[in-house]
Amino acid sequence: MGIVIVKRIGIQLLALGALLATIQPSFAIPAFARKYNLRCSDCHEAWPKLNHFGQTFKDNGYQLMTGRDAPIYQQSSYFPIMFRSMPQWHRETDNRVATDIVPGNPKKGQVESLVATSGFDINGIDIVTAGTLYKNISFDVQPFITNKGDISLLTYFVRFDNLLNSPWLNLTVGKFALDTLLSDDRELMQSNVGGGYQAYYFNPIGDRNGFGIGNHQLGAELMGHSVNDYTRYSFSVLSSNDGQPSDLPSTYDVYGEFTQGFEAPKLGLETIGVYGYLGERPTYFQTSNGVPIGGAGLGNRSFSRTGVYGLWYFGKFDLSTFYLHGQDNVFLGNGVPANQPSRLPAGAAGPTWNGGFVEAHYTYNPQLILISKYQTVQMSRQANPATRTALGDLKIWTVGYRWYPIMSSRAGLAWHQEYARGLSVGTSPLTHQNDITSSFLMGFDFDF
Amino acid sequence: MMTRSRVALGLLLSCSLPSFAQESKIGNLAGDAKSGKALYRRYCVTCHGQHGDGAGENAPHLDPKPRDFTKATFKCRSTPSGSLPTDTDLYDTISRGIYNSNMPPWRPLTKQERADLVAFIKTFSTRFQEEPPVAPLSIPAEPPTSPESVQRGAQLFQDMNCWSCHGKEGRGNGPSARTLTDSKGYPILPADLTAGMHFKCGNTSQAVFRDLVTGLDGTPMPSFTDSLKPEQVWDVVHYIESLQSGGLKQHGLLQLLKGE
Repeated sequence: MGIVIVKRIGIQLLALGALLATIQPSFAIPAFARKYNLRCSDCHEAWPKLNHFGQTFKDNGYQLMTGRDAPIYQQSSYFPIMFRSMPQWHRETDNRVATDIVPGNPKKGQVESLVATSGFDINGIDIVTAGTLYKNISFDVQPFITNKGDISLLTYFVRFDNLLNSPWLNLTVGKFALDTLLSDDRELMQSNVGGGYQAYYFNPIGDRNGFGIGNHQLGAELMGHSVNDYTRYSFSVLSSNDGQPSDLPSTYDVYGEFTQGFEAPKLGLETIGVYGYLGERPTYFQTSNGVPIGGAGLGNRSFSRTGVYGLWYFGKFDLSTFYLHGQDNVFLGNGVPANQPSRLPAGAAGPTWNGGFVEAHYTYNPQLILISKYQTVQMSRQANPATRTALGDLKIWTVGYRWYPIMSSRAGLAWHQEYARGLSVGTSPLTHQNDITSSFLMGFDFDF
Repeated sequence: MMTRSRVALGLLLSCSLPSFAQESKIGNLAGDAKSGKALYRRYCVTCHGQHGDGAGENAPHLDPKPRDFTKATFKCRSTPSGSLPTDTDLYDTISRGIYNSNMPPWRPLTKQERADLVAFIKTFSTRFQEEPPVAPLSIPAEPPTSPESVQRGAQLFQDMNCWSCHGKEGRGNGPSARTLTDSKGYPILPADLTAGMHFKCGNTSQAVFRDLVTGLDGTPMPSFTDSLKPEQVWDVVHYIESLQSGGLKQHGLLQLLKGE
């Protein structure tokens, strides 16, 4: 049992590491700046983090509503494409990596040791092409090339805006990020340990469900907003496959979100949001020669992710706060097929956990932003009662800053420095002690 | 000597830099120029320029050109031609944007932020400190639209030579259309009055009435406040509204105007 858990932990850590190392989506889009002759700072507090004007532009279907949004008003040579990458130097440490006592000879046994690596690196290339096809019809296609050259399609959708001449009716069809004002795609932190929002992707140790609320999903979204975008809603129907194309699961998940902004005198715009994702995933598959048939899942069981968040502005200082409550069905949590209930451990229950983060920004001016973030995820109930309650809990601290020496309506360049330190409870591979990792990163983040 | 230099430097700076004593008042909101400066540098400077002279880095690429705030000449006002706009006029322009230009609606900014921007924009011209505020022109209640009103408006449209710029059918293609320039000498096109109710200074009947009586300063569009009576201005407004796509049909006027 112990070996199985360690293997699962190892696989999950590898998967998490791979996710963080390869997927660093961007979504600061100079193609829009070029189209409208606006600087990055018009739409971004500090790119890629949107400000409210940028969020409104996005919610209007990449339109400024100036009457010149349709592509016919652009020069015929204009093509809405953007590239982003960040050549960098970074140092990574992990205090408890299973290492061979005699290098190259695992039979001599293993110990946990500190492993530190450093060097120059790249994080892949974001390519974004997005804009309007016609007035009130927009599109977005975002391939991502990993630093090893693999290509994936993060986003591809078409969107119909202002249906019935109302901003309250906008329809998106395709693969897209779930609607939220705290988008993981526009996160400022970039390091392996500090980048991304862990609560968006967390799943308990041993859980079969690989869902991440930050993953782009396949489906259709109806969203609407007030003219000033203070009041927003969205409702999505999504294929139950976590955004994996070609897997047609025949069941659907739903996601809903509502946000309300209000003006606080002398402070700025304060916004609160609530969201909820209800889905289900198969616990086993039909097989052919023992190989699972894609999309042919059986024994679906449910899960949910719900929570609240807020964006709080105090002049140049602002806080983003996020809370998530996660819950998986007992079969998903224990990784047991629903047609084999006898394999559930005694006292098994659906795992539950709470996660969130507080991210603070001080925007000294549009070209300099200081950032800090504290993230945590804490299990409140393990799927297997024999498992230590705190196993897998996360705590991550990150500090950094971004300086934008070049910021024009054509391109952007940022100098980025960041340090992050993370603690994962009980997940060291051999002794099940706390695993502590750290990242130090500095690099040139450029966007053209 | 040192003191004199400092005084001279102080005088020089006070002449060359905007004064931050400027404030704005929009309803219950009081705008602060100092706060507005930071917002201006984030959102406005690329087009309107660091000195508010409309010479931002994007200005060469834009048509129409960004407003030159140092001249304090504004199209969209509720005040008589040639006078300064009210703070509310500037606030409304920022909020609404200028349709069919590069100036977007800035409603996503908070009301306070927009009021602060108004206060800062006023620092670019000493006119705002030197000239007393001017009261807005009053807009009388709109009489009901009628076929007769539209017919009178159509006649006035001809008699007042509106057609020479806006065209016989209001399509913005009058014989003078291609020769027009704004006050800085840049080419400017008259509005196509048939292309939907999308006007620079607002789309309501009251906004069109206001445009006619105040004129659009800095453009060839004159004020008709001295040449038309208020009821005649309303007639012209009704005629312009009837030119919109489906407007004639909506008002049941199509047959009437065809003389059927």
